[in-house]
Amino acid sequence: MTTGLRHLLWTAAAAAALLAVTYAIPPFRNYQLATAAAYLCATAGLTVLVGLSGQLSLGHGAVMAVGAYAVALSQNRFADAGLTGNGVLAASLALGVLAALVAGLIVGLAAARLRGPYLAGVTLAVAVALPAVTTVWAGVFHSDQGLSVYLEPPPAGLGYDFPLERWQAWLALAGALLVMLLLANLVRSRFGRSLRAVRDDEVAARLAGIDVARTQVLAFVVSAGCAGLGGGLMAVLTQSVSPGAYSLTLSLFLLMAVVVGGLGRLAGAVWGALLLVVLPDLTHTIVASLTLSPAAAQRLEGNLPLAVFGLTLIVVMIAAPGGISGVVRRLTPASPLRR
Amino acid sequence: MHRIAQRGIALAACVTLFAATVGCSSDDNGGGGKAAVPGVTDTEIVIGTHMPLTGPASAGYSKIAPASKAYFDFVNANGGVNGRKITYKVMDDGYNPANTQQVVRQLVLQDKVFAVLNGLGTPTHSGVLDFLKTNRVPDLFVASGSRSWDQPDKYPGTFGFNPDYTVEGKILANYVKTNLAGQKVCFLGQSDDFGTDSLAGVEQVLGKDGVTAKDTYVVTNTNVGPQIGKFKAAGCQVVVLATVPGFTALALGTAARLSYKPQFVVSNVGGDLPTLAKLLGDAKGLTEGLLGANYLPLMFDANDPWIQLFQKVNKDYNGGAEFDGNVIYGMSVAYLFVQVLLAAGKDLSRDSLIAAVEKGGYTGPGLAPLRYAKSDHSGYGGERMVKVSGGVQQFFGPTYETDDADGPVKEYAGTPATPPANGVPTA
Repeated sequence: MTTGLRHLLWTAAAAAALLAVTYAIPPFRNYQLATAAAYLCATAGLTVLVGLSGQLSLGHGAVMAVGAYAVALSQNRFADAGLTGNGVLAASLALGVLAALVAGLIVGLAAARLRGPYLAGVTLAVAVALPAVTTVWAGVFHSDQGLSVYLEPPPAGLGYDFPLERWQAWLALAGALLVMLLLANLVRSRFGRSLRAVRDDEVAARLAGIDVARTQVLAFVVSAGCAGLGGGLMAVLTQSVSPGAYSLTLSLFLLMAVVVGGLGRLAGAVWGALLLVVLPDLTHTIVASLTLSPAAAQRLEGNLPLAVFGLTLIVVMIAAPGGISGVVRRLTPASPLRR
Repeated sequence: MHRIAQRGIALAACVTLFAATVGCSSDDNGGGGKAAVPGVTDTEIVIGTHMPLTGPASAGYSKIAPASKAYFDFVNANGGVNGRKITYKVMDDGYNPANTQQVVRQLVLQDKVFAVLNGLGTPTHSGVLDFLKTNRVPDLFVASGSRSWDQPDKYPGTFGFNPDYTVEGKILANYVKTNLAGQKVCFLGQSDDFGTDSLAGVEQVLGKDGVTAKDTYVVTNTNVGPQIGKFKAAGCQVVVLATVPGFTALALGTAARLSYKPQFVVSNVGGDLPTLAKLLGDAKGLTEGLLGANYLPLMFDANDPWIQLFQKVNKDYNGGAEFDGNVIYGMSVAYLFVQVLLAAGKDLSRDSLIAAVEKGGYTGPGLAPLRYAKSDHSGYGGERMVKVSGGVQQFFGPTYETDDADGPVKEYAGTPATPPANGVPTA
């Protein structure tokens, strides 16, 4: 069995299992599942960029925003022109990915010339500049208020009572599985090996005939495309786009998620995406279940998830530097042949 | 094959995790009664809201929801509404529209609230209108003066509370036109519907060229130096502000640093004196002479029966929180909601609640009339001017009412109702 076919079979199995899950859980959980899937697109791309090509990006939230705004603008244009239907949504998402690919190419071209903290600085600037961009061209992006995104109800063929949240979960999961399938194949391909070679030793890679700059730029473009799809899906889920949704905090959260999940591993990206959704919800439930004075509750609300995330990061880094997926791997019977 | 096994395990783990969360959540469906009205049982009504408890707009506003909750607790202690106690779920959205999306879904889909009450903010609440409409959730008394809430055909379940910003802009501009005639007027507004609607009102009265210079700010950028500098250069003697409290304080402070002393005229949402004084700290003297408008009693009217009632509730049920306009606002909203619940009757449903609001005719602490009707989902229809003098904010002149189109600004003769003796409205 070839690697590609094996990945395809796994993807099909995962799709079937997740389909069953979407029927079993209530709408809000479906919405959370969809959010995790949208995050997964971005974290999977980011873990390939940071973990495999060794380039740090602090601006992936902004790349998601590029995808999200592209989807919002194109969905609304199509709707204004009287074009609706789910084929249009696919076209909008494709435009979102395209926009993010272009953004990734531009940042990547600059990034391939920079190393370490300088690279981090450039990507950080991208994340910081985003709100200013939406304010300066307020006529198009509508400043802090953002844009609302036109979304068709689920296809009529699914029945009148089909919950919107399940339909959104399907869309997001389809996107996430597609990203995972493509990246899994990419990582195991010649390009994936070039990435690792460049990360480990640029001079050796160059001596082996690898075009270092080209590989690095390509890694940025691939990663940006994934983030763009994630952002586009987010826009579809929340039916709105605003700079606040794609702030610097999101970029940092994405990076933390892939580190906590296990850098460089796609399974780690899954863990990271799940954490991004589950942790805030969990801390909210905990705060709500405690009987606190109004003042203390108010201070904890909104701040506690940050603290928990930070603590998780510290604990994972000390106890399990390989991230959650590293722990899972150690706990499962390992074959000594792999790596 | 091993790495694929891992991937499989990861996916399986994810599935179990979600299954587990489902297991935990399926037992909190609340309901259980005969009629399947979400959030309503024979003993309880669960409602929710989204509020900025943290973040750039939390100054002052974070006190609104606790005040509403305190009034509900006061009503609950007096037997509730038709035997039902009101549970108010407050979610923090940090004034970030993306968070609002998340927390409102949580309230509606997971906590199964009966209605959303007093969700705060123009940019934040605009994003959830469609979601609330699709789920047929009553969306009462939005804490903002955007005209978006008054679209009965498009959003049949959404109602405003504040006078809309265009009405307010017209009333503020009307004062400027009659009392500060001939002075150059500048305008600073928030860069969303808040600023746009307010400017529309000001220009309606002063004319398109009546405003010498206008500019906007975004809540994520706390530097208003360029805007204020522009107004100074334009030589404006009057500056109209459509700003949240944090940015009213910034505008006053920035002008003082530039030795620029125009007459500031500020929107009611950003003009509460105790909130501003707290933000300005030692520089609170800058509020002296500040003009504004309001439609609810002011905390400085110690003899007002509503103030006395709210102060008592604040002491007994709100932990004696510092009493200011935000507390008055939160309790006024809660009072109106209890009135509406009573009007909706014992057989409570989402339809009967909306019908009760549309029936209209509510009177409470407000100075201006509440305009609810089938074809009108806006809130208060007017305001009265206020001025800060000697560290005290007081009403002066008549109460004005107007519409959000080109209608005239006219005096309103009605007087506020007196509160019921025990502080709880009766049907």
